[in-house]
Amino acid sequence: MKEITKDLLREISEWNGEFKGAYNIREDGACVGRVSSKNIRIESKKDQPGLEIFIAANTKGETVSIPACVTHGDVDDLVYNDFYVGENADVVIVAGCGIHTETGEPARHNGIHRFILGKNSKVKYLEKHIGTGHGTGLKSIDPVTEAELDENSVLEMDTAQIGGVDRTLRKTAAKLGAGAKLLIRERILTEKDQTAKTEFCVELNGKDSGVDLISRSVARDNSHQGYHSVIIGNAPCTGHSECDAIISENGKVDAAPELHAHDTDAALIHEAAIGKIAGEQILKLRTLGMTEQEAEATIIDGFLS
Amino acid sequence: MLKLENISWSTPDGTPVLKDLNLEVPDGKSVVLTGPNGGGKTTLAKIIAGIYKQDNGKIYFDGRDITEVDITERAKMGISFAFQQPVRFKGITVQKLLELAAGKKLERDVTCDILSKVGLCAGEYVNREVNATLSGGEIKRIEIATVLARNSKLTVFDEPEAGIDLWSFTNLIHTFEEMRKSMDGTIIIISHQERILKIADEIAIVADGRIKMSGAADDMMKSLAENKSIIGRCSKQEALF
Ligand SMILES: Nc1ncnc2c1ncn2[C@@H]1O[C@H](COP(=O)(O)OP(=O)(O)OP(=O)(O)O)[C@@H](O)[C@H]1O
Ligand SMILES: [Mg+2]
Repeated sequence: MKEITKDLLREISEWNGEFKGAYNIREDGACVGRVSSKNIRIESKKDQPGLEIFIAANTKGETVSIPACVTHGDVDDLVYNDFYVGENADVVIVAGCGIHTETGEPARHNGIHRFILGKNSKVKYLEKHIGTGHGTGLKSIDPVTEAELDENSVLEMDTAQIGGVDRTLRKTAAKLGAGAKLLIRERILTEKDQTAKTEFCVELNGKDSGVDLISRSVARDNSHQGYHSVIIGNAPCTGHSECDAIISENGKVDAAPELHAHDTDAALIHEAAIGKIAGEQILKLRTLGMTEQEAEATIIDGFLS
Repeated sequence: MLKLENISWSTPDGTPVLKDLNLEVPDGKSVVLTGPNGGGKTTLAKIIAGIYKQDNGKIYFDGRDITEVDITERAKMGISFAFQQPVRFKGITVQKLLELAAGKKLERDVTCDILSKVGLCAGEYVNREVNATLSGGEIKRIEIATVLARNSKLTVFDEPEAGIDLWSFTNLIHTFEEMRKSMDGTIIIISHQERILKIADEIAIVADGRIKMSGAADDMMKSLAENKSIIGRCSKQEALF
């Protein structure tokens, strides 16, 4: 494993020389380390690049990590990872991607993740994306996530991309069965000339299914972000989405939430707020002894925490 | 000592609010500013904190001319201000905000101590975000806690009683009394509440952009009782007596 990969791993996952539990480390499109556990089996796909991850029914408290790193320019990595989560399992999946370039050539990682959650299973999915290095080549991360949640399963997604990535197109789609719950917490910070687009499509198909989608974004400098969410209530269900954005300098944010209530007992709500940091917030922190710059950094830090 | 000399301030559209106002607050004293709504109390507090910049006049603090000193620097010199309308922050917890205010990490028992002074139980609040889910009274009490955490030479409280329930109010009065006894610091409280007027060393009435009358609290309470018209158009007069 390259030193750059180690640096990236420390940033994007809890790696400190080793992983707890099952893992697979992907470096520039190749596998540089894999360990399965008794309950979590990781296998290479036969027909496509990527992995099949089988989590046995009733597995409790285990973690599986599948970070991907791109360490130089002129790489276009495409990977398909499928997760099969057994009934009643309760696990943590740590994904994440780091891209490093020192040259003018572009580097891209495109991870396509599918989650099939069995009845009553519970998954916490953590994903952190970063870009590092002084290369001028565009660093792109384009994740696609598809999830199918069977009865009473819970998927909690916590994703963060705090700067460094030049181009991002994130697509997240989910279908929920009866009683299933999906919680998404996404944080994106773009700066310089970066762009990030995020698209969500959640179908609430089962009775009492629910989604809570919270997106926080900060667009600074000349960066541009787009947010598009579609929540479709096909059954008695609850849906809530919240898009909160702070813009500074010439940052731009487009937000387009869509709600489709296709059942009279579908209760769907959307909240959106885009604007500069409130002047009052900066004033308050300055009265605590902070400079204007320190106040802004503190507000943004908190907002994206 | 804090000294304001011939302070005037007009709104951006030119309406005069503070008119040649003079005020002296000696060290270690508690001064209550009261007076009619719109009289200029909050404006005066913002001038002291450096949030508004006076059009004319001079401000001295601790023997130094701070007329041109900005908010951050004044805060560092030991001026604290609890806002009449507290500000909310998404994603910042009560613990974090108190630490930002104190300028250092705070142990749990210290946070607990500060929060109990405003009648909040630390266990329930330290990890709450200072966001819109906090009630009006809760956020107000957290605002007060942030300035208590700073332990400044001069603290200005802008209507600390507003929105606070009776039980917490008693607690708060107690806290002010403690501050007055234990601190050599100075407190300025803007208030319409008789119970707060009673703990003052001095009372000043701000009306129509000026200090209309000021003096030792006992004397002032008497004059106020005898002559309600001093307050003039004070719409919250009933709250005073
Ligand atoms: N930034 C501003 N822009 C315009 N007008 C302002 C501004 N700040 C204060 N004012 C006006 O100045 C006057 C004094 O306001 P201030 O808030 O100081 O009153 P106050 O004495 O604190 O009143 P209250 O008892 O209601 O809190 C009011 O008429 C207010 O509308
Ligand atoms: Mg006021």
